[in-house]
Amino acid sequence: MASLIETTACEGLLPVATQDVTLGELPFACITSVAPFDGRQDAVAAALKAMGLGWPGPGQSVRAGDAACFWAGRDQAFLIGAAPEGLAGIAALTDQSDGWARMHLEGPGAEAVLARLIALDLRPAAFPEGAVARTGLGHMMAVLLREGPQSFQIMVFRSMAGTAVHNLHQAMRAIAARAAV
Amino acid sequence: MRIAGKGLVDGSATIGFRFDGRDYTGFAGDTLASALLASGVRLFGRSFKYHRPRGVMTTGAEEPNALVTVGRGARAVPNVRATVQEIHGGLEARGQNAWPSLGLDLMAVNDLFAPFFGAGFYYKTFMWPRAFWERLYEPLIRRAAGLGALSGRSNDEAYEKAWAFCDLLVIGAGPAGLMAALGAARAGAEVILADEDSRMGGRLLLESHEVAGRAGADWAGAVLAELGAMANVRLMTRTTVTGAYDGGTYGALERVGLHVANPSEDLPRECFWRIVARRAVLAGGAHERQIAFANNDRPGIMTAGAVRGYLNRWGVAAGRSVTVFANNDDGHRTARDLVAAGVRIAALVDVREDVAMAGDFPVHAGARVIDTVGRQSLREVVIADREGRVSRIASDCLAVSGGWNPALHLACHMNGRPVWREDIAAFVPKPGMVPGMRVAGAANGAFSTQACLAEGLAAAAAVLDDLGFKAAPVDLPEAEDGAVRIRAYWEVPGATHRAWLDFANDVTTKDVRLAAQENFASVEHMKRYTTLGMAPDQGKNSSVTALAILAETTGRGIAETGTTTFRPPYVPVSIAALGAGGQGRGFAPKRLTTSDRAARERGAPMIEAGLWYRPSYFPRPGEATWREACDREVAMVRDRVGVCDVSTLGKIDIQGPDAGRFLDLVYSNTFSTLKPGRVRYGLMLREDGMVMDDGTTACLGPGHYLMTTTTAAAGQVMRHLDFVQQAHCHDWDLRMISVTEAWAQFAVAGPLARDLLNSVLAEPIDGAAFPFLACGEVRLMGVAARLFRISFSGELGFEVAVPARYGAALWRDLVARAESLGGGAYGMEALNVLRIEKGFVTHAEIHGRVTAFDIGLQAMVSGKKDCIGKAASTRPGLSGPEREQLVGLRPVAADRAIAAGAHLFDEAAEAVSANDRGYVTSACWSPTLGSHLALGFLRDGRARIGTRVRLVDHLRKAEVLCEVTDPVFFDPEGGRARG
Amino acid sequence: MRLTCPLCGDRDRREFHYYGAEVYADRPDAGAALDAWDDYLHLRDNPAGETRDLWYHEIGCSAWIVVTRDTVSHRILQTALLTARQRQVGKFVYQEGDLREVPAKPGAATGGERP
Repeated sequence: MASLIETTACEGLLPVATQDVTLGELPFACITSVAPFDGRQDAVAAALKAMGLGWPGPGQSVRAGDAACFWAGRDQAFLIGAAPEGLAGIAALTDQSDGWARMHLEGPGAEAVLARLIALDLRPAAFPEGAVARTGLGHMMAVLLREGPQSFQIMVFRSMAGTAVHNLHQAMRAIAARAAV
Repeated sequence: MRIAGKGLVDGSATIGFRFDGRDYTGFAGDTLASALLASGVRLFGRSFKYHRPRGVMTTGAEEPNALVTVGRGARAVPNVRATVQEIHGGLEARGQNAWPSLGLDLMAVNDLFAPFFGAGFYYKTFMWPRAFWERLYEPLIRRAAGLGALSGRSNDEAYEKAWAFCDLLVIGAGPAGLMAALGAARAGAEVILADEDSRMGGRLLLESHEVAGRAGADWAGAVLAELGAMANVRLMTRTTVTGAYDGGTYGALERVGLHVANPSEDLPRECFWRIVARRAVLAGGAHERQIAFANNDRPGIMTAGAVRGYLNRWGVAAGRSVTVFANNDDGHRTARDLVAAGVRIAALVDVREDVAMAGDFPVHAGARVIDTVGRQSLREVVIADREGRVSRIASDCLAVSGGWNPALHLACHMNGRPVWREDIAAFVPKPGMVPGMRVAGAANGAFSTQACLAEGLAAAAAVLDDLGFKAAPVDLPEAEDGAVRIRAYWEVPGATHRAWLDFANDVTTKDVRLAAQENFASVEHMKRYTTLGMAPDQGKNSSVTALAILAETTGRGIAETGTTTFRPPYVPVSIAALGAGGQGRGFAPKRLTTSDRAARERGAPMIEAGLWYRPSYFPRPGEATWREACDREVAMVRDRVGVCDVSTLGKIDIQGPDAGRFLDLVYSNTFSTLKPGRVRYGLMLREDGMVMDDGTTACLGPGHYLMTTTTAAAGQVMRHLDFVQQAHCHDWDLRMISVTEAWAQFAVAGPLARDLLNSVLAEPIDGAAFPFLACGEVRLMGVAARLFRISFSGELGFEVAVPARYGAALWRDLVARAESLGGGAYGMEALNVLRIEKGFVTHAEIHGRVTAFDIGLQAMVSGKKDCIGKAASTRPGLSGPEREQLVGLRPVAADRAIAAGAHLFDEAAEAVSANDRGYVTSACWSPTLGSHLALGFLRDGRARIGTRVRLVDHLRKAEVLCEVTDPVFFDPEGGRARG
Repeated sequence: MRLTCPLCGDRDRREFHYYGAEVYADRPDAGAALDAWDDYLHLRDNPAGETRDLWYHEIGCSAWIVVTRDTVSHRILQTALLTARQRQVGKFVYQEGDLREVPAKPGAATGGERP
């Protein structure tokens, strides 16, 4: 029997680029939401530690190679790029791999682009490398992660990928047009 | 007229532009006002009410007269201040409120009828007959009065909004603002310096003052160069801070592309900033005020500060022979600067007797201007000396200084009231009116350059101390430190002609007196009765003078009279900027399913469901109307098999030892007894007893549930579940998360549904192993999937869910297989018909005002346990024969159409609201039953099944006699779904 | 307007959904008289001054928070997680440390709990 073809969330939408900023789709990765059950916080932290990671505090992320665990809300973290080994039974786990459009925004103007859509203080002192926020991107819920001085990972619900790309690209073009004046 | 060697404009760069259909040139750095003044243009527009000729009066954002329309067609922007608009190649502007032209304005006849147009004229005159108000008076008044007009068309230009954060926001880049920014920046604080001008420096660009032994503009340039090189400083030119809001948030309007020739389509015209600042320093300077005297509005009459400002910054002499009229020493500077530049001063007129000013021109101490002459431009100034002797001075420019009003507006935006300072005859802010804001310089009533520099530096030091920064050394430069010498003088008494206060709204001193006389004596009442201060300049030029005259008229002091309330925005802000990003695709996110592209390829029209887009129907060749497609799709599902994307339903994963208990609390019926592998329909109530939502919840394993919600209520339900859990049972052990987006889910329904599925499943299912309301994990085409046997159509039905990345492929595959079985894809129209035939409710029925009793599901409110909404649902009046209850409605003549929204009446009753017995919520043509059908609510409806009601649609003028039936029209035993 | 989420720190109010007075979290016992339910569902004080209400960090971490604020000055005085409330003889109180004081002047509030 024929197998099903995979389609990415931003298929046909990305990458886009302006002089200062590029926006691309991140490759598929396994994402598991991890929500420790009552009293199992330490056990979950230990299991994550065994994977070279750890439980991230609010607004934080922990990274080990290609795997990362980042805070994703109240009592909740997303484990990305690694299988949730040793977590069954001590934490509620759900597969979130397909639920999100994951994008990568990079360039000298990246912060300025996000300032058009996100009401968050993104200055490096307030939002340093590794910082994570659940916040709004335009009218959309989003997860924002700072990966470097000029690079961010942005996650929005998969169904809104088109709107997110449109909004981000519009902001990118406005920034580029300002620079050209 | 341009004076050689004067000004800061770049005389080497000539720019051409158009005003009122004529070509002009100016220099880089010119505003429309400075360039036109340099070209000898005096007449900029006609006044609001009387169509009086008006010229430019100021150099800044406070300009009341020189309002022009810029651009053309849909992109035309009215009421642009010529003093703010920079010239650029391609700029096209025109004067306003004149027909056929600025020079010959026929509406100027209004001026002759001025005695009739005083304050309250409209209120008194156009009162009756009442019917005339909308049809005659208002259109007439609107045509005759007003400033610029909107184009009436949608503007397609780009606008932007943005956020910024800083330690210190400095508002205004004059001497005080520059020192505040410099002090804070050198200490390492993150500073935003915002200034509304295209060039920073504030009054230093307009005066001939020196700072630290250099020209003021040069000193400002050096400070700006230092600030511009610092990574912790953001300089925002052309940015007017428009409002101070809670939590240290400030609104600011940046003119991004309004000065650019041939801007790219991507370049925003304006950007509305929301700046969150830990501290702010307001250093917005001051506005010079006029003195009211007869005919004080002629083109050529300007503020004294503006006259020397045009000279010092733009090298423009506003007249060939200038008279200065002042009540304070600052006005004398205009005479001094103009004389130094070789411009003739016709006279200096000062209302004070003890004037310490001498020059190569006549000085009239203790004198006053009593009238002016000249229609479209000033020709003569009429003065009276201290003995009352009248003389005429030939003069084409009159520079007036009535003193300065601190620009304290932002400091008052949180309802703080300023205090009156007699010594400088001005209102000044009180400390602490906006938390976190300090006021420095002229905005604080410190008018000398030295005082501005010192206050700016002191404000920086205080902010640094507040925020825990260590101050860095900054030298306080030396500058002029003249004392304020002023005699409060608002109005030349005994005017024989009107004396204007609010130029933009044409309000005179007489209007203010009339208001007081008619007992609109409070300053807020006076404002509204006369409309003083309600024009685009919001009273910046007029309100203090007006309230001083009101104070005098009512015999109260100025302090007691007080100011009107200051509200944002400080300058006009275009709606396009406020709503930037919200036009077109920015209005709301579009949520697209994984089958979206395939559905559109098949020509399906999409309809909105919440933020989602779903296919209405899938047209096939030969189908002329949506009904034909819909009827076919319904028949397909009833006879063969149909496929429908149901991914939009909310899906919430709930896990934990207390998950079942939690479901018992949020659902009216019991879920803790649900076994793994089974699905149950659940009803969710609001705490007030009304139905919130419904849906199925599957038990995937011990303590692991998957709840579905309706598409529309998914967000509301998630919020509700989070509230119930966090407020009422946060010690219960369970976790919830939305998985709506993770799964693509398709309904496969119809007698052949199982056959279709078995062609893709790795292990086939049968009715025994997978009965009605079963669920489980399956594999199909190499992918792990979930299968639920549920039905919203009443047919043998399944919903199959795969990870969303496979959704697009699976949908195409399932539809192709359905088509090979004589079925196919079906859309929302067919889905709606199928569920109406079965009497299944949607949010058309559970619209927020119905109880479980009303929809016949009272048995689902379990008596064995508590649930959200249970107690309230037992309240009197929420059940019983008085309630409107869900029923089916079927026309007695099957071909009579029914429309949702129609109301129900007893057969013999008159169709008036007193006899209203209910209404129709959903209606359709049922191809299955060959009849129109409807669901609706009818008072005591269940008891009336079998009787007839009259359905009246007042909107569409239709009346249909209907039989009341059970809401389930088709297969009431449910054998088809269970089979 | 800014609110300090106890988890996420200083955020714009657009991220929050407003839900009304804090008393809505004090659900009557199942057997309470209808009057108590009427009071709970429909009757609210409208104080000029300090008040406490419920906000949901909807475009954020999904926490329900209790905000103490002044309806006259608009000052936000304290914020706390709704789950930090503990019942003590007829009323709800917060543990020391669960209340996050918001300074009188803006901006001194820090971001989220970052060590």
